[in-house]
Amino acid sequence: MMAPILEVQNLVKKYGDFTAVKGISFDIKEGEIFSLLGPNGAGKTTTISVLSTLYTATGGSATIGGHSVFAEPMTVRQIIGIVPQELALYDDLTARENLSFWGQMYNLSGKTLATRINEVLEQIGLTDKANQRVKTYSGGMKRRVNIGVGLLHRPRLLFMDEPTVGIDPQSRRAILDSVKELNRQGMTVLYTTHYMEEAQELSDRVGIIDHGELIALGTQAELKSQVGQNETLVLAVAETDDPQILADKLKTVPGVLKADVIDHTITTITPDAQGIISPTILLANQLGIKINAIDIQEPNLEAVFLHLTGRALRD
Amino acid sequence: MKKAFLIGWKDVKLAFRDRAALLLMLAAPFLLTLGLGLVTGRFSGSSNTGISDIPFVIVNQDEGQLGTELVKVFESEDMADLLEPSSASDPVAARQAVDEDKLAAVIVIPAGFSESFFSSQDSIEAPAIELYSNPARPTSVGVITTILESFLARAEMIRAGSEVTLTQLLSTGRLQPQEVAAAAERMAEQQSEAGASNSSLTLKNVTESGAEVDFDVLAYMAPGMALMFLMFTTTNGGRSLLAEQRLGTLPRLLTTPVNTTQVLGGKVLGIFLTGAAQMLILIVASTLFFQLNWGDPLAVLLLVLAAVVGAVGWGMIITALARTPGQVSAVGSALMLGFGILGGSFINLDNMPNWFRVIAKITPNAWGLDGFNTLALGGGLANILTPILALLIMGVALFAISVFIINRRGFGQR
Ligand SMILES: Nc1ncnc2c1ncn2[C@@H]1O[C@H](COP(=O)(O)OP(=O)(O)O)[C@@H](O)[C@H]1O
Ligand SMILES: [Mg+2]
Repeated sequence: MMAPILEVQNLVKKYGDFTAVKGISFDIKEGEIFSLLGPNGAGKTTTISVLSTLYTATGGSATIGGHSVFAEPMTVRQIIGIVPQELALYDDLTARENLSFWGQMYNLSGKTLATRINEVLEQIGLTDKANQRVKTYSGGMKRRVNIGVGLLHRPRLLFMDEPTVGIDPQSRRAILDSVKELNRQGMTVLYTTHYMEEAQELSDRVGIIDHGELIALGTQAELKSQVGQNETLVLAVAETDDPQILADKLKTVPGVLKADVIDHTITTITPDAQGIISPTILLANQLGIKINAIDIQEPNLEAVFLHLTGRALRD
Repeated sequence: MKKAFLIGWKDVKLAFRDRAALLLMLAAPFLLTLGLGLVTGRFSGSSNTGISDIPFVIVNQDEGQLGTELVKVFESEDMADLLEPSSASDPVAARQAVDEDKLAAVIVIPAGFSESFFSSQDSIEAPAIELYSNPARPTSVGVITTILESFLARAEMIRAGSEVTLTQLLSTGRLQPQEVAAAAERMAEQQSEAGASNSSLTLKNVTESGAEVDFDVLAYMAPGMALMFLMFTTTNGGRSLLAEQRLGTLPRLLTTPVNTTQVLGGKVLGIFLTGAAQMLILIVASTLFFQLNWGDPLAVLLLVLAAVVGAVGWGMIITALARTPGQVSAVGSALMLGFGILGGSFINLDNMPNWFRVIAKITPNAWGLDGFNTLALGGGLANILTPILALLIMGVALFAISVFIINRRGFGQR
């Protein structure tokens, strides 16, 4: 494995009396996608803000590319790219003007800048609309410009803070694909999310963060092995039926640890997926709910989180 | 430095793309000035003629002393800025030029005018001076008429008895009956003045009449309005600093290889450039549309820059003390109006008590107005050094305090 591009040791960040990050340690190796997975308020954005030199740390140390984040912020800033959680763009400038402005802040100019702007526009699929003001864009398009700004100077390490929050499934798909593509081209990515599926799809390694603490760290396989034998049973419920009624009943079935509804699927966590299939179908029949598909999944990160905290990620 | 400029330039762009801001930066002061102009009758005539270098032709067919004297008056040094007379011999061609709007008027001094003027007691038979005027240029014609009338009044004095010339003007239809009273009054004034001193007519005599008073009002109101709404621009610019904090663009800037001095410097530069652009646009617009004469351009420019520095200082101090963009807007609007009133944008400070004028000195408006008025009245750079210096000191001091406060509160840092 390659040398770490980022090393964090006992990082602490307090806001007044409140400790948002409680001494976390992890590193990211050159070329990997590392996810910080955790619910809202876990301290993901705070961690990114400190690592991107925006906030001062209360304690601990961090190096990026061998440079101390706190002692050499200007050097570090040139190495990293940032896609902030909240859109940070000038609405009254066009996408091209935004890219141009931010590119110049990253010391790009002249031909290099022009080339990079065009490349990035191509990458985020906004070449056609590049000369429209950002305020005329849809939420998904704005997100893409927001990402584009972070890519302009070809950072070695890209911080992406929940880049898919609040957008349509299609844009989300496009963003996840582009993260993978960027990584394939050699970019190291620190990705934060509270969506288990995203961390699962993207990451080489995952850090699970909760209440400012890193409660688990490792490859997906390593993490899942902590869970023990819990499996996931996924039920696809017919569009016309209400999955919530079935989910509520399922929670009373012995062996079912958890039953969550997302759109028209019910995700059930249980030590024995096979064993609860027949009671599930029975219940569905009683309630007159049609099940279109049943799928048993290996232990996943959601299960890991549940195992470690006793809570669901997205509560 | 380059990055600071880029940040500032970006803000200028944003300011000029913000319709709501443009309304207050440019439209409001311009329309208020225009409104005041209408109220004071500044635009009662056509506004497409300036009152300088009025082109007209004198056809002097008189061989006598009076005709020569009149030509001398029109061609005198005192009138050089105001008038652009040329002489011709063909009245028909000259009248044609008036009809074609090439000239404001033609003055024909008929043959034998001097002779008959001094000899004839019979007003009906005396040949009259003809003023063939261009109705499209009422202001210019008014000026020429006034000069002509005052000359004739003086001539009348010599002959004693002013009713003759008035009748002459009337009988030729050059003077409308309703104007007679006013003309007579002015003649009387001119006569008494001419009696007191023998000097030839001066520009001052002319410009003391009618239109010039309104001109002064506008020359006073236009800078007043511009300075008032300059305060909007600078406080709105300061607001953008807090707005960018909220919007996330300021935090994002502080994760790029840019230091806080560059960011803050860029923001201030942006406000400064926006304010300067606003003032210069308003000045150029009022010069073009209202024929306002602001005075020596270089001095005006330097005064503008100094006034913007002073106003930026106030914008920054509000920003430094406020917690939210909304607070800056609210305090900014109050300050804009308060300074407008206190600084003399609405009332002439000369009429106010002493203590009021002393307090007014905290506003950039008062110093700016002082300077602009001096320049409009023909003063030069040397005459406005005090307001310029005061504005610069005000701006730099307020800015220094603001930076101190902003740094103490932690700029973008947590
Ligand atoms: N500027 C701030 N001042 C005070 N508390 C904050 C601030 N930013 C975040 N917090 C608190 O710190 C905790 C972590 O927040 P954050 O890092 O934004 O979490 P996440 O990004 O994982 O949702 C939360 O409890 C949040 O309320
Ligand atoms: Mg967050």
